Amino acid sequence: MTRKSSSNATRLTRRTFSATLGASFVAGVAPFNIVRAQNPLKVGVLLPRSGFEAGIGEDCQRAVDVSQAIFKEMGLPYFTIINGDTESNVDTARARAEKLIGDGAQALVGTFDSGQTAAVAQVAEQKGIPFVINIAAAPQITEQGYKFVFRNFPTAPMILRDAFTDQKTVFAEVGTAPKSVVFMHVNDTFGTAMSKGIGAVMPKFNMPYTIAEEIAYDPTARDLSVEVAKAKATNADALLVVSRLNDAMLLTRELVKQRWTPQAILSMGPGYYEDQYIKTLGKYADGPINFAPWFDPHKRLTKLLASELAKRHPGVNLNTNHVFTFEALLVVADAYNRAKSTDPNELVDAIRKTNITDNVSIGPGIQFDAKGQNDKVRQGAFQNRGGKLVTVAPPEAAEAKAEWPLPPYQSRA
Amino acid sequence: MAAAAVSKPRLSPSVPIEVYLNVAIGGVLTGLVYGLMALGLSVIFGVVRVVNFAHGEMMTLAMFMAVVLFSAFHLDPLILLVPIAAVMFALGYVLQRGLINPFITRPEHSQFLLLVALGIIITNSLLIIFGPDARAVQTSYAFDSIQIGPLIVDTTKVYAGVAAIVFAIALFAFFRFTLIGKAIRACADNYTGALVVGLDVKRLYALTFGLGAACVGAAGAILTLLIDTTPMLGPSYTLLAFVIVITGGLGSMPGALLGGVLIGVTEALAGLRFTPSAKSMFAFAILVLVLLFRPQGLLGRRLA
Repeated sequence: MTRKSSSNATRLTRRTFSATLGASFVAGVAPFNIVRAQNPLKVGVLLPRSGFEAGIGEDCQRAVDVSQAIFKEMGLPYFTIINGDTESNVDTARARAEKLIGDGAQALVGTFDSGQTAAVAQVAEQKGIPFVINIAAAPQITEQGYKFVFRNFPTAPMILRDAFTDQKTVFAEVGTAPKSVVFMHVNDTFGTAMSKGIGAVMPKFNMPYTIAEEIAYDPTARDLSVEVAKAKATNADALLVVSRLNDAMLLTRELVKQRWTPQAILSMGPGYYEDQYIKTLGKYADGPINFAPWFDPHKRLTKLLASELAKRHPGVNLNTNHVFTFEALLVVADAYNRAKSTDPNELVDAIRKTNITDNVSIGPGIQFDAKGQNDKVRQGAFQNRGGKLVTVAPPEAAEAKAEWPLPPYQSRA
Repeated sequence: MAAAAVSKPRLSPSVPIEVYLNVAIGGVLTGLVYGLMALGLSVIFGVVRVVNFAHGEMMTLAMFMAVVLFSAFHLDPLILLVPIAAVMFALGYVLQRGLINPFITRPEHSQFLLLVALGIIITNSLLIIFGPDARAVQTSYAFDSIQIGPLIVDTTKVYAGVAAIVFAIALFAFFRFTLIGKAIRACADNYTGALVVGLDVKRLYALTFGLGAACVGAAGAILTLLIDTTPMLGPSYTLLAFVIVITGGLGSMPGALLGGVLIGVTEALAGLRFTPSAKSMFAFAILVLVLLFRPQGLLGRRLA
């Protein structure tokens, strides 16, 4: 009897089996849900870590390296970073973006290059993953009606507008101005956009110089001797350049070899302010005036970022690559903090409402317009001087007056 | 300053003639190095009748040898070119004896695939070992130039061009005055005849491939003075070597040098006169013209 009753009590019916299975499933899966909810946000950082833009990609990575320590100090939540390499190639950038999303990235940051950024923006939009651009100036990226793409970096027309304004400030300060310039630029997406922009924007600024010649060249060029010879032959007073890193170094080498020191090198792109440029060319690196998105040296967060960078990477100057890569991550961290969710849609909503005033770049702060563009970001002018980068404009961010003209290459000690 | 510039003779409204001369001299000097590289391809094809589709990749390998040895011992690539050419000779010899020789009698597409595969293996091995980033050789004269009247010539290009000429002359002398050189030429002229008179053709083929590889080795070491080294350079230089030897005449040694100079000068002058970003278009235009009007190349022999 007892045995029978006991047997009944432990008898497994179809109903109890189903209930047990269901309960086990809930009990088994629930902890995973809880763990998943507690998992930090995964941010894919896409940079050209190899290829012809590798030097710049590595420079951007320095900002990634120091960001978490600063965010912790700012009370922002921790998130996981997954690194991706675009190999300085548009197709690879697209493929890597897809892979990062496949690997669980819930937000993307990158990619420094306009062509690669445009490719990643398409992927981010298709997959519904927020993408915060660190550096890319081609205006069309934020003109496509994308909902998941945000840019805290000026577009080519904004860069040109500020560059011409700052040039005029510098010319007024030094009491002279070039009468003619040679405009040399890379013929990639960024260089071509800048070239078109100059044609459209320059007439509005009544600049004191005319463009004697426009010379476009391949960003992967291995020799720029012909280009420099052609520029020199114009007898122009100054060089107006939109370059990358490798070609900036090639151009300077050729200027030295061909014994041509123009009054000034007015750079409106990357290259001349990169650490690799300064270290590789030594005394020949001094003099170029860069007109680029820059930092306000007087801001609190600038000092904090510079100090962290100095700790992790001694001897490296804070520059555009660090500032805007850091700020792109700051946008994500701030949105994650407010959204308190890793859900891409909630993150996007939070990014749209961004209003960061404690930032690094010049301007009132970080907000995005309906197109996802920070139209308040302002750039600056800074000069290579003794291995350092000295801010010379706008007046509210300037540290010193620009040195003019360029010291002759042949007499540099 | 502007008035003085206006009084100078000009080929175009904006460019003084000395600028054309400067650019042309630079083109000749760079073209000589290109010519030396293409010479290796021409020598190999002229004798072994195998088109080396891994030519640019072998040159990139030599460039990395120069970069590594320069960073280790701080020796000038112009000195390093001798040991690098010797190593490349040995590599070419072994490669021909061990890998390419069995393919000599096989269809051309088999040879093509073998050498393309070899090129891919070299490129990817370099990528694995060195990564994709550019590496430069910074010599003490990297920023120097020589001024001769109104002309300013890049010192590095002068050294590179002279080194290429010296190496090419040594190769010409080897083929003309040594017994082995004469035997190799005999093999190239009449394969069956060479066998009949008892020449060790297999060994001579290996020696020839070694000499072609040595040319590439020397050109690679010299080229590190002019451009930064990356693993991905190979395919573009293989293509350039083809353009040069087809223009100069496949199998013709002087033709390779002439083709190199012609392509170097054309690219430089076209870049100056027209747009620099389209300069390689003009090199290919010359190739098309040569193929249309003189298919055997400028100094090549017409095949029966």
